[in-house]
Amino acid sequence: MHLEINSLSKQFETRQGPILALDGIDMHVETGEFVCAVGASGSGKSTLLRLVAGLDMPTAGEITVDGQIVTGPGSDRGMVFQSYTLYPWMTVQNNVEFGLKLQGIGAKERREMASYYLDVVGLTRFARSLPKQLSGGMKQRVAIARTLASRPKIMLMDEPFGALDVQTKETMQQFMLDLWNRTGVSILMITHDVDEAVFLAQRVYVLTAHPGTVQRELFVDLPSDRTYTVRRDRAFQDYREEIMDLLRGKMTPALAS
Amino acid sequence: MVLSIAVPLVLWWLVSSLDLVNDKFLPSPLQVVQALGRLWTDGFLLDDTAASLMRVTVGFGLAALVSVPIGIAMGAFASVRSLLEPIIGVVRYMPPPAFIPLLIIYLGLGEAPKIALIFMGTVFFNILMIMDAVKFVPKALLETTYTLGGQRRQALFQVIAPYVLPNIIDTFRINIATSWSLVVVAELVAAENGLGKRIVLAQKFFNTDEIFACLIILGVIGFALDLSLRYLMRLTCKWAID
Ligand SMILES: Nc1ncnc2c1ncn2[C@@H]1O[C@H](COP(=O)(O)OP(=O)(O)OP(=O)(O)O)[C@@H](O)[C@H]1O
Ligand SMILES: [Mg+2]
Repeated sequence: MHLEINSLSKQFETRQGPILALDGIDMHVETGEFVCAVGASGSGKSTLLRLVAGLDMPTAGEITVDGQIVTGPGSDRGMVFQSYTLYPWMTVQNNVEFGLKLQGIGAKERREMASYYLDVVGLTRFARSLPKQLSGGMKQRVAIARTLASRPKIMLMDEPFGALDVQTKETMQQFMLDLWNRTGVSILMITHDVDEAVFLAQRVYVLTAHPGTVQRELFVDLPSDRTYTVRRDRAFQDYREEIMDLLRGKMTPALAS
Repeated sequence: MVLSIAVPLVLWWLVSSLDLVNDKFLPSPLQVVQALGRLWTDGFLLDDTAASLMRVTVGFGLAALVSVPIGIAMGAFASVRSLLEPIIGVVRYMPPPAFIPLLIIYLGLGEAPKIALIFMGTVFFNILMIMDAVKFVPKALLETTYTLGGQRRQALFQVIAPYVLPNIIDTFRINIATSWSLVVVAELVAAENGLGKRIVLAQKFFNTDEIFACLIILGVIGFALDLSLRYLMRLTCKWAID
């Protein structure tokens, strides 16, 4: 798997005039990598992910997956949204099966794969529950299982834990890291949470806002099987401060003026 | 709940038994029950109720059948919406009973004009309410479907349709009340049978007790239709009920 984003720009035409959301973004993600893009609100993070997912079209530049130009949505790029996007009338099991069903995979194989991924996210017990019976964190785990079950080349995540309380968020971050270690899935996640980015990613892109550009690419050289105690390490805090400074550097003058 | 029915009943019984009003105008509950019995033994009750119910079933059934695909298409495709919304928006404000004379001229005096009236009087509201429900399908749910490899067709039939099913049942529950009124209007104007016709005949002979009996039957059946659609909802859309 090789995701490449080349000089990507996106301009929205609005009644108040054009808004340049992204300006000349260059990025890439390789097989098995966990990459985070971190930026303030308005840095075009969601826009970027939507373009990669093929839900929106760029104004300039291009996105390729294994050399193929992205022209629309497809199951090779699975997406996990911040809002819980489970189908409310389907059981957890059927939610996880649904992507496979859309792709025309037979009932038996579907059931086996869905059960496997429900086990991966630890929700086998809830296979027959309806989404409304689950907590926010559990819903997001189902959404992740559903995405994984479709065997995407890359999983795209748009602030997947943004709506969760602090404790659940921490649990989910640990869960995500374990999941990535076990499955080796390639991930591009966007977040405004610097801690989250350093904790999860092997590589972080720091974005500027208005318009969104890549300010810096940063390698996070921490063990891949980190636990929450890593947050107390000197190295973790150095990464954190470095990113915060980058984000501030661009923010402070704007606020002062 | 018992009270809300018992209190008016007791009041009715009190007023009629105190002879405040001539019982030609306000029959007592007992007289109405007797009238019901009379209508039943004469066979009118069953015939008239069956006739009215049949008209509603066919007229509203057709309206339901037509409104689901059109309503969903209008909600899902902007092109279909801009084609149909303006005209439906105007036509639905033309009161259906105003069409009765035309319907009689075109379709005669049989079942056809009554069924057509019920159809016309409910199909547009059904369509617009279903269209609105489709507009409220969360965008993220559809986008999720596409990123899972779904095609537009699959999104339409496997996501939009099941998502709006509870709204469709609710729409039917609300609009079937209209069809229940319209059938009586049609029968008041011209009919061989039906509960509306029975009321007209009772008026001719000043049988207020029979009118009361028919009103009660109309109320009970309408309420039963409402309940059965609620039950259908509970049966098919557990997920949408909290
Ligand atoms: N559909 C759209 N039409 C017009 N402008 C848009 C649209 N989507 C995004 N924008 C604009 O593009 C810019 C970037 O928005 P985007 O949602 O990508 O930012 P973000 O980094 O995800 O922000 P947040 O952290 O608040 O989610 C904003 O200024 C926003 O107003
Ligand atoms: Mg966003």
